Amino acid sequence: MMTIDFRRDPINILLLAALLIAGFFLPSWLRFLLQMAVAGGLVALGVMIQMRAGLVSFGQGLYYCIGAYAVGMLAVKMNVTELGILIPAAIIVTAVVGGILGLLLSRYRDIFFAMLSLALSMILYGLLVKAAWLGSTDGFNIPAVSYLGHVPAQAVREDWSYVLTVVLVLISCFAVARYLASGAGALCDAVAQNELRLEYLGTSARKVVFIVYLVAATISGLGGALAAVAMGHIGPEMTNWTTSGGFVFVALLAGRGSVIAPVLGFFLLELVRTYALDYAPNAWQMILGAVMLAVILLLPEGLWSLVRRRSAK
Amino acid sequence: MLKLIAILLDGLSYSAWLFLVAVGLTLIYGVMRILNIAHGAFYAIGAYACATALGLYYGAGWSGAGAFLVMGLTAIATGIVVGLAIERGVLRRLYGRDEVLMVLVTYALFLILEDATKMIWGVESYFVYQPYAYFGFIDVGGLPYQVYDLLVVAVAIATGLALWLWLTRARMGRMMIAVVADREISAAMGINVPRIFAITFAIGTVLAALAGVVTAPKIAVAPGIGVEVIILAFAVVVIGGLGSIPGAALGAVIAGFARAVSVHLAPEFELFAIYAVMAIVLAIRPYGLFAAQGERKI
Amino acid sequence: MSDNTPLLVTENLEKSFGGVVAAGNISITVGRGEQVAIIGSNGAGKTTFVNMVTGYLTPSAGSIRYLGRDITGLNPRQTARAGIRRSFQIAQLFPQMTALENMIITDIAANEAKGSFRARSLTDARMDAAMALLNRFGLEGIANEPTGTLPQGVRKQLDIAMAAVNDPALILLDEPTSGVSADEKLEMMDSVIQPLISDDATIMFIEHDMDIVRRYARRVIAFYEGQILIDGTVEEVLANDKVRHYVIGGTADA
Repeated sequence: MMTIDFRRDPINILLLAALLIAGFFLPSWLRFLLQMAVAGGLVALGVMIQMRAGLVSFGQGLYYCIGAYAVGMLAVKMNVTELGILIPAAIIVTAVVGGILGLLLSRYRDIFFAMLSLALSMILYGLLVKAAWLGSTDGFNIPAVSYLGHVPAQAVREDWSYVLTVVLVLISCFAVARYLASGAGALCDAVAQNELRLEYLGTSARKVVFIVYLVAATISGLGGALAAVAMGHIGPEMTNWTTSGGFVFVALLAGRGSVIAPVLGFFLLELVRTYALDYAPNAWQMILGAVMLAVILLLPEGLWSLVRRRSAK
Repeated sequence: MLKLIAILLDGLSYSAWLFLVAVGLTLIYGVMRILNIAHGAFYAIGAYACATALGLYYGAGWSGAGAFLVMGLTAIATGIVVGLAIERGVLRRLYGRDEVLMVLVTYALFLILEDATKMIWGVESYFVYQPYAYFGFIDVGGLPYQVYDLLVVAVAIATGLALWLWLTRARMGRMMIAVVADREISAAMGINVPRIFAITFAIGTVLAALAGVVTAPKIAVAPGIGVEVIILAFAVVVIGGLGSIPGAALGAVIAGFARAVSVHLAPEFELFAIYAVMAIVLAIRPYGLFAAQGERKI
Repeated sequence: MSDNTPLLVTENLEKSFGGVVAAGNISITVGRGEQVAIIGSNGAGKTTFVNMVTGYLTPSAGSIRYLGRDITGLNPRQTARAGIRRSFQIAQLFPQMTALENMIITDIAANEAKGSFRARSLTDARMDAAMALLNRFGLEGIANEPTGTLPQGVRKQLDIAMAAVNDPALILLDEPTSGVSADEKLEMMDSVIQPLISDDATIMFIEHDMDIVRRYARRVIAFYEGQILIDGTVEEVLANDKVRHYVIGGTADA
């Protein structure tokens, strides 16, 4: 009933869990696509929760990339291949960067927030492209990793990686739903709608924004780390503006009603893209842009609003 | 001494380029309250159109100064055609909507135009160096310098002056200023606001295309040149204060010289020079140097 | 602190904008339980005064004490936490939420100022409390209406109800009846003033309608050109020649 009500979202997440368990038995190419998509879906979820606060992050790929490079650099440059270290390290690195940049960005709203987030992600892109020791535009490969000391055999390596991704994505979804159901989460909507009133009720809008930015950065970083492990390869493309554009696209389409919407949405996007790239390799962004325009013109609340509208009847 | 001259000349040349790149963005924002991310695409289209037009020009066996006339006409033609098409086709339906929504709209347009550019011109690089080489070098205090780069400075100054004179003297320009001050009162006074918007957007697009056209002979025209430009342009206008044309000029000079100093004294920080200046300015004045103070809301 | 500590004391409060004094020499002492009307023509400095007390504007000079504590220069958030609340000339709501959601968010914002992750924000107790508050202000009928499209009078009622959450000791109402049609003003004031009084809140309100002032104020402070013209009982102030001439206007010379 309420736009700020996330108490029942865990049911949606259980639904997602069932889908992902069933996904284990998909053909391996499709399962890999699903795995990559739900990892990226965390980034789209990060964009979505910021949209609840009225903030559009055109540069969420920044944290996707930082999470991935944290894993990659630890694994390749420091020979750490234990996931028990890699994943927490990636989370800590993105949280620290998110915390520092959050102090700066939480002052801004609207177009300034949007443009500054885009600028930050493109600065990192510019740096990585020029960093020959990190493989420049090509990026680099990541060696096989161990799961708490256990290195799975080649034949089941992909199974392990899939299970890892699914488990961590589901935990993140629960955590984000829990955050959205808390005071700090509920107030995001209030920031978007009337900051002045919020200040006059004794709450710092800047703090609410800082928290949502930090949460978004952290889950995006985790998404990047999981993508890095799954793919075994990373590159600066992860923080390019076109990558971030995909996340904005999904968040916009998914609406703001459920944490599973952006995750599933990103899977659908990746699925469509796989085919679209075969037929029209240079038209993908054009399709994204055109659909975005159509959604803005016709469905201001995103596709999720269709689901809600129907269930409200 | 030579280094100082080099810093001064490079600073001037970067500043001029940054101003050309940023002035259309700030003009459109100032009048229409639309932060136009597609500005980067307009710049790229200008550069590609220039490459094509000059390709045809030289291909026909012509040479010489006529190339510069071709470049000027290309900027105006592409700017007007693309700008009016976007304004009429898309933006006109959305006037009065939220600023953030308009950013999303222009972002979507940017995505579309990037691919459109690839479809029309392909993904290979274009080179049209002839106009850049045409004037050769001039000796400035012992330092040979590209005349073309100095001419870009002249073009930037002329553009800025023309815009300023037009806004303050011409009837249409003064109407624009009125629209900036108060949209509703201007409409009530009989100013045709939609028409002002269309003209503003067309001029802003011509300026973006012009920036692309003058840059094309200096670079490899290839996919991806637009995104860097929109971010630099945003940094420049943010330093000066979004929506202010003198602000864009000041921002361009500050950013241009910051980059020139960095290139010659600390090249490893070149990439950061402009962003560092932006960060410092924002830390002191969160909405730029010339930004209007927020009015009382309650 | 004793019970005789005045609730609000301002001493020589002044605000100037680029050399122009918008309000100056404002020294006011307000005790608990008072109902004070602030009158004056437009630009007399009334809203400037309210904006200084609630922290939207920083005074150029002078001091503000609330319950003996110096609150000069605090921001709106801090004055709100100290226990001062206000309503607005143009209702400040969360327009895409229903009235009930507005009250729930208000409660969360007022009571979880630290942005807590710990508590679940949407509890049944909180929803009931929000509904009860709507009831007290006679707003239960619009609980599930989106507030963006409600009539201005109802929006302002809700705005005041939001200011009343947590039973603040001091409430400043900025022109509660402006934008409300003449025949609805009394009814609207009744519905908001009664619940506030029954909470022992001290009320200061800016008002242009002298009938409303007579009915709901015990004390009146008249502002003129940024200064206090006179501060006294309703009868005293409304009978004052200067007030009749400068503030109430028109009829004064007759």
